[in-house]
Amino acid sequence: MTGPARTVRVASGQGFWGDWLEAPVRQVEGGPIDYLMMDYLAEVTMSIMQKQRSRDPSRGYASDFVPLMERILPTIVERGIRITANAGGVNPQACAEAVVTVARKLGLAGRMRVGIVAGDDIMDRLDELIERGHALANMDTGEPLRVVRERVLSANAYLGAAPIVEALGRGANVVITGRVTDTGLTLAPLIHEFGWTGDDWDRRAAGTVAGHIIECGAQCSGGNCLVDWESIPGLEDPGYPIVEAQEDGTFVVLKHPGTGGRISVASITEQLLYEMGDPHQYITPDVVADFTTIQLTQHGKNRVRVSGIRGRPATEFLKVSIAYFYGYKAVGTLVYAWPDAYKKAQAADRLLRARLARLGMEFEEVLTEFVGVNATHGRLAGSPDPDAPEVQLRIGVRARDRAPVERFSREIAPLILNGPPSVTGFAGGRPKVEEIVAYWPALIAKSEITPRVEMLDA
Amino acid sequence: MGAKARRPAGPPARRAIQLRYLAHARSGDKGDTANVGLIALQPAYYPILVKEVTAARVARHFKGMLTGAVDRFELPNLRSLNFLLHGALGGGGTLSLKTDAQGKVFSTALLRMEVPIPTDIDV
Repeated sequence: MTGPARTVRVASGQGFWGDWLEAPVRQVEGGPIDYLMMDYLAEVTMSIMQKQRSRDPSRGYASDFVPLMERILPTIVERGIRITANAGGVNPQACAEAVVTVARKLGLAGRMRVGIVAGDDIMDRLDELIERGHALANMDTGEPLRVVRERVLSANAYLGAAPIVEALGRGANVVITGRVTDTGLTLAPLIHEFGWTGDDWDRRAAGTVAGHIIECGAQCSGGNCLVDWESIPGLEDPGYPIVEAQEDGTFVVLKHPGTGGRISVASITEQLLYEMGDPHQYITPDVVADFTTIQLTQHGKNRVRVSGIRGRPATEFLKVSIAYFYGYKAVGTLVYAWPDAYKKAQAADRLLRARLARLGMEFEEVLTEFVGVNATHGRLAGSPDPDAPEVQLRIGVRARDRAPVERFSREIAPLILNGPPSVTGFAGGRPKVEEIVAYWPALIAKSEITPRVEMLDA
Repeated sequence: MGAKARRPAGPPARRAIQLRYLAHARSGDKGDTANVGLIALQPAYYPILVKEVTAARVARHFKGMLTGAVDRFELPNLRSLNFLLHGALGGGGTLSLKTDAQGKVFSTALLRMEVPIPTDIDV
């Protein structure tokens, strides 16, 4: 006699670096889970981390991760929960060492090991790669990387699930990675548990779709959900999503009992379409998943069953995420009050532009938006309410040189006393001049990248 | 009842209605491209979306707000359409000066669009 099919539960604990700090703790304590996955890396995060590491070689990873581990390590070791997280950024080794230090402090010496996944960082190999004929052409513009080579700040290939599977196979309780795809963090535990083979494209596609659904945390379980948004209960304590997967690749998305939010076909569909390109080919290092094959059914309250997913062989390439220095920008705001709030804000915009022109300041772009009128929907918002209680003027500038942006940041405040009346809302001080780090997406042959897996025992 | 209640005989008039009553949506970004996933609120609405919310009509809706073209993909399994709005984000990512640099609210901007619907559809 066979029992119910074995299932594996992968919980989402963090949808981005800066997500709700309580989420991972609640996932660990709120009910049974087998794995906790945490996604920390956005496109430009790596360059911020690179900068931190260049100032201090012990930094360059998601620093929030370590105090979080301090809160949950005793429980996860006790219950056998394992963690996959790309919190390692450009320095997974240092992140792992910090976690091991915390583990020893908690008395877990000899009771846990940390897996480190690296090999994604190709910053030091760029010249050699270019020399050997790898153009690393921008996927959007087709330009070769040499055009911006001198300004490159970080370069990382997106690794897939394979090195995480290896780390789990070698007994890691916590796997800390560099630039691994968000979906790989969920797919890897499923490959490890079910022993899916390298050419089982449908199951790999299913695990990848599972990863896509939960990689943004509560965004699939009631957060940022448009349909019936006012009736979504308990968002002061949102239940983050959990994938409960079976060996055949079907899975249910659910959340812990007693938590807020909502998991419905509608909420899952919204997340499936988030940041979607061609749905027939969702390309990862592990598989090409076909989102037009996904079947969703409501399977009880706050439970959605996902099945039918088909996949095709992975490509021979990995995506490379390159960050390079671009220039400077600043955004300034002022608030104008009734009456004629919009007209006053428009007048202030004209004055400011005229002053910048007289100063001979040149910008790549000057963008004016009126918050309360057109900042989110542009002209589609229709004509403004002539009786609007207030309108916020929001002006942004971008230039390759710092000087004009710096000068712009000093031209906002004077408008308070020498421009149109009824102006307020300048508590924040001068606009901050920001360095722009731009993103350069490229491809590289898989054969050029060798992931590295190491173990560190507490 | 006065003359107002009498309607001339003939084909039933078609009504125009904002997409917000037929669909919900979510949007995101990839570089300088915004994507909008448009999801039918009822199965009966999906064919209306397929017929009326064409790439050309969406391009017209966003006229002046995009520097590139509009692509459309159908996902009948999810009763959804996915639109790619190229050149929507003022350069995209960190370059963009826009409030909505990541295209998060192109979703509801699309829901403003009006489409004709048959009179025998309940909304």
